[in-house]
Amino acid sequence: MGKYIVKRILLAILTVFIICLITFFLMHAVPGGPFNKEKALSQATIEALNARYNLDKPVWQQFLLYMRNLFKGDFGVSLKNGREITKIIGEAFPISAKLGVSAMIVALFLGTVFGSTAALMRNKLPDRLIVFFSTLFTAVPSFILATLLLLLFCIKLKWVPVWDANSNNYVLPVIALSAYPMAYITRLSKTSMLDALSQDYIRTARAKGVSKFKMIFKHALRNSLIPVITYAGPQIAYIITGSMVIETIFTVGGLGSKFVTAITNRDYTMIMATTIFLATLMVIANLICDLLYKLVDPRIKYD
Amino acid sequence: MEEQKPLKKNPLSMQLDLSKFSEETFKAATDEEKRQQDVMGESTTFFKDGMRKLFKNPLAVMSIVVIVLILLIITFAPMIVPYKYEEILSVNGVRDKGAKNLAPFKYSQLEQEYIDNGGSRFPHLFGTDEQCRDYFIRVVYGTRISFFIGFFASIIVLIIGMLYGSISGYLGGKVDLVMMRIVDIIYSLPDMLMIILLSVVLNEVLKFSSGSLLAKLGTNMVSLFIVFGLLYWVGMARLIRGQILSIKENEYILAAKSIGTKPGRIIRKHILPNCLSVIIISTALQIPSAIFTESFLSFVGIGVKAPMPSLGSLANAAREGLQSYPYKLIFPAIVICLIVLSLNLLGDGLRDAFDPKLKR
Repeated sequence: MGKYIVKRILLAILTVFIICLITFFLMHAVPGGPFNKEKALSQATIEALNARYNLDKPVWQQFLLYMRNLFKGDFGVSLKNGREITKIIGEAFPISAKLGVSAMIVALFLGTVFGSTAALMRNKLPDRLIVFFSTLFTAVPSFILATLLLLLFCIKLKWVPVWDANSNNYVLPVIALSAYPMAYITRLSKTSMLDALSQDYIRTARAKGVSKFKMIFKHALRNSLIPVITYAGPQIAYIITGSMVIETIFTVGGLGSKFVTAITNRDYTMIMATTIFLATLMVIANLICDLLYKLVDPRIKYD
Repeated sequence: MEEQKPLKKNPLSMQLDLSKFSEETFKAATDEEKRQQDVMGESTTFFKDGMRKLFKNPLAVMSIVVIVLILLIITFAPMIVPYKYEEILSVNGVRDKGAKNLAPFKYSQLEQEYIDNGGSRFPHLFGTDEQCRDYFIRVVYGTRISFFIGFFASIIVLIIGMLYGSISGYLGGKVDLVMMRIVDIIYSLPDMLMIILLSVVLNEVLKFSSGSLLAKLGTNMVSLFIVFGLLYWVGMARLIRGQILSIKENEYILAAKSIGTKPGRIIRKHILPNCLSVIIISTALQIPSAIFTESFLSFVGIGVKAPMPSLGSLANAAREGLQSYPYKLIFPAIVICLIVLSLNLLGDGLRDAFDPKLKR
């Protein structure tokens, strides 16, 4: 177990390093420097600026400097508005985190509830309905669902106010963001619940006269949750990328919408910083899920 | 000759009384009669068996019908509809400024006058957009682009993944170990972020001479394919490697090796056909995911180049006048959902029909 954990952590660190490497060198492959403006600066000014931001040094030295700053928590300065990126992330990330975590909780909870219900009432009406909707929602891209929700509830029915800084209502963004993971988790937990229900220990429990409630919650559900945990890792990646469009559509000022704005503005330092930050987050989330999975299921061997 | 009188039958005789049977009874059975005795079904191949199961699955059949319908529409609609996707509407060579944001099946003032004067005008099935272009044909071209991307991206993924996976799985040992470590690292990269990053950079770096096909597609599309080629093949490579590792142990591979067959031929002739079903299924499921990715990128603003529409960019553009012209969102949304849904269902159907592991 210990060896496995160390191996996984080392792989995660290597991945983060490679991500930093790729991101840095890709961004430096873009032609044109940050000071190429429409109004031409004098040669001396450009040289002074380059020296100030260490742009006159060879690329590998710049990379090392960048990495050193990263360790200090310094992501540099945004090219477009000159603000410190660490501060921008510090402001925007809590909003995104709140949105993402609520979406994840909703998806996990409702997904397992729906999935288990469908499995327990197999081939009855609730099962059919749940299967129908979960199949449907895996086919709707999140940005389309979000725009439709906005159209229906904000503009046509006016049930929910359009997002602004003062009245922030997370209901619609959370629904839009959690729909796809919820549908997927529903399907997943249905199959794993069916699988668990057909096991010998369930029959034994029944034969012993265990109450139905106890049988479902203590024996079947706990075992059917294991595959759901494996899926939670990749799902976090989905929620992070999904939040980019959802935040843009609902004009939530989170990190996702900042990233999209940075892409449209070609704000390279901001793109670089956000990519590294989000990617590290995903790698860590995946790592935790992997370790948790092995912890929860003692049957799994560590290779 | 005198007719013989039938002898009286001795009650103890075991002899059969032939007079009770007609000539017919002793005729050789015809082929048709012989076949009636067959209890066996017609011999079937793996492919035929799978197809039979596939066509018994109503959802799969329905999705095939939907996909074929959409394919027919996007193939033939541009021949029937007299507008082009980048064409700004004009009547008799005069630019039709009133044809902005028309509702479905509505004509602009200029067009109405033209029709009243006896001219004929093809109806705008889905209305027009804010730049006076026919929306139906834009949705049709957007669907074309989405299918095109989905199909070719899957082919790229298939080819690279198949080559890499089969080499790694077949050679095994140290080569396999190194190749799979590379796959592990690429696999753990957050793909969507890397795609965005690569698209942003490739957009700046790649420049094509104007007029060529690549320039028409736009750098975004090309970078999308490059990205798929660089990142998305790992899943396929892993899958194929796993398949090959298990198939490799079979006796017929040993037999082929013992008569001196070259590795390339063994992979092509013996191993790949045996993992064909898995390959087909995962390719079929790859197409909707590629369409998803493309529409996401178009939505973020790094998808196909401007006059060329894609379903994602159409949906994104529709956000502008959402309140007044909701149909501009609804049409591409329905098309994209239909495509992804039916491809997903078809993929599931294919898996149920062809995956031998699920056979009971």
